[in-house]
Amino acid sequence: MKQTKNIIEVKNLVKKFGRFVANDNLNFEVKKGEIFGFLGANGAGKTTAIKILCGLWRPTSGEINVAGYDVYKQTNEIKKHIGYMSQKFSMYEDLTIKENFRFYGGIYGLSSLQIKKKTKELLQRLGLEESQNKLLNAIPLGWKQKLAFSVAIMHEPKIVFLDEPTGGVDPITRRQFWDMIYETANSGITVFVTTHYMDEAEYCDRVSIMVDGKIEALDTPEKLKKDFSAESMNDVFLKLARK
Amino acid sequence: MKLFWAFVKKEFFHIFRDKQTLLILFGLPVALILIFGYVISNEIKDVQIAIFDQSKDATTQKITNKILSSGYFILNMDIDNANEIEAVFRKGKVREVIIFEPDFANNLEKNGTANIQIIADASDANTANLVVNYTKAIIYDYLKELNVNKKQPLQIEPQVRMIYNEELKGSYMFVPGTMALILMLVSAIMTSISIAREKELGTMEVLLVSPLKPVLIILGKVTPYVALSFINTITIILLGYFVFGVPVKGSVALLIGECMLFILMALSLGILISTVSKTQETAMFVSMFTLLLPTILLSGFIFPVENMPDILQWLSHIVPPKYFIIIIKNIMLKGTGMLFVWKETLVLFGMMVFFILLSVRKFKIRLE
Repeated sequence: MKQTKNIIEVKNLVKKFGRFVANDNLNFEVKKGEIFGFLGANGAGKTTAIKILCGLWRPTSGEINVAGYDVYKQTNEIKKHIGYMSQKFSMYEDLTIKENFRFYGGIYGLSSLQIKKKTKELLQRLGLEESQNKLLNAIPLGWKQKLAFSVAIMHEPKIVFLDEPTGGVDPITRRQFWDMIYETANSGITVFVTTHYMDEAEYCDRVSIMVDGKIEALDTPEKLKKDFSAESMNDVFLKLARK
Repeated sequence: MKLFWAFVKKEFFHIFRDKQTLLILFGLPVALILIFGYVISNEIKDVQIAIFDQSKDATTQKITNKILSSGYFILNMDIDNANEIEAVFRKGKVREVIIFEPDFANNLEKNGTANIQIIADASDANTANLVVNYTKAIIYDYLKELNVNKKQPLQIEPQVRMIYNEELKGSYMFVPGTMALILMLVSAIMTSISIAREKELGTMEVLLVSPLKPVLIILGKVTPYVALSFINTITIILLGYFVFGVPVKGSVALLIGECMLFILMALSLGILISTVSKTQETAMFVSMFTLLLPTILLSGFIFPVENMPDILQWLSHIVPPKYFIIIIKNIMLKGTGMLFVWKETLVLFGMMVFFILLSVRKFKIRLE
């Protein structure tokens, strides 16, 4: 994790909706291969920032670079090199696992051969090879989340954005999910993750905490706990929120 | 292009795996056509008629008896005076008046031909048509019996007159009308729901984050429905032709071309609805109230536009199916060409362009 190359660079990012300022002058970098936790209460502006980083929304102002591409001019290049998994489960319930993989591989322009290879590899990792012809709606939620994550990294993106990936999932599956995140980060894919679970924040390499559209803290979990003389990330978060 | 087909394939999976969707797509059109067809053209029974017999001879008596014993007709009254005809119709019970010319039997014997006039109340156009056809059939049947073993066949000429609605507006209307209804349903409503579904499920977000261009996403969603609507169009025309005998008098190519135009217009309307609705339910309700009801009520499909209050007549001008129905009626029933429907075609085309531009604008605003 000692690479110093930045994969995301954000300078003075501002996003306004009319008079409402959703992102108020954000500044941060994400290093290649790290797990970057992006925390904040509901409505703090996390989703807005992620949408801008994914090239879905235009920022009002600021210099933003994702995977080496400019968010104003090169959104299409950005889209090719990122993966995305949202808090809503986002695969098709009426397609089989295999067909979902085929479809998502297809829209990222993978060849049939690549899709077959990747599908096999990812399903092997999950131990779901047997079920590949089952319809998605016959699969338990925990597994679906893992499948959605697999789909998001199928095209080997440089960065994967996970927007509250573990919402509504049991603790054991959450633990397994984080194992997958570690594996992914070790393979060189940068992980940008938002979460509500403060214990998960401890697993991140670095964490930023947003309050009312601003980044109030950004560092490793250890450093943050020390700075705020807190026992856990939960305390850090509460102290910041009450400030 | 490969991306596009991957998308279209996935869309077909959605359609073919969902029994309800399938039923709406293919079951409903057939059911609607049959229901409307049979409701409008059901059998007649005990229709009240009046007879104005100016000849009162054996032959007219025989024909009268034959008509009245057929089981379809009941004699309401005999008329002795031409002035009474109007009055009889006005009372509303009598649907048909049969008039035998003076010296009917003599004319038939001497000249080999005699005249019967049939006047029908066409304010209910379908019934009028049926009643007249039944009457004619009975007269021809009688004539056939009469002509057995005759070298020089005798002729009776029924002359038909429809009153109150000379052009028989309303008859055969159900095929063009149902066609408009079904194409609206399949093209506009199904697409708007299926796009809204992606939004509701969160898959739309994933699609938008992917390198797929938004235009491609929309085209991919819409293409299967174009294909299915096209199949439906053909089905309806065939059903109309073979089951109900609704003719296609004009050019089939023009007819199909106009249908395609209407399908595309409806699709762009569907896309527009989906850009403003977040959930399938909203999409459904918006479609119901802005598309389905106006199609049924204001397009002239069931209720003639001419009889509506001014404000509704004015409203009917912005209901796209109205124009489509005019076009289809012209091509199918009157056999006219582009020369007579270019205005309506232009209106539909303009509406399509308008809806597409509007949805592109809406779509962009959402992304900003």
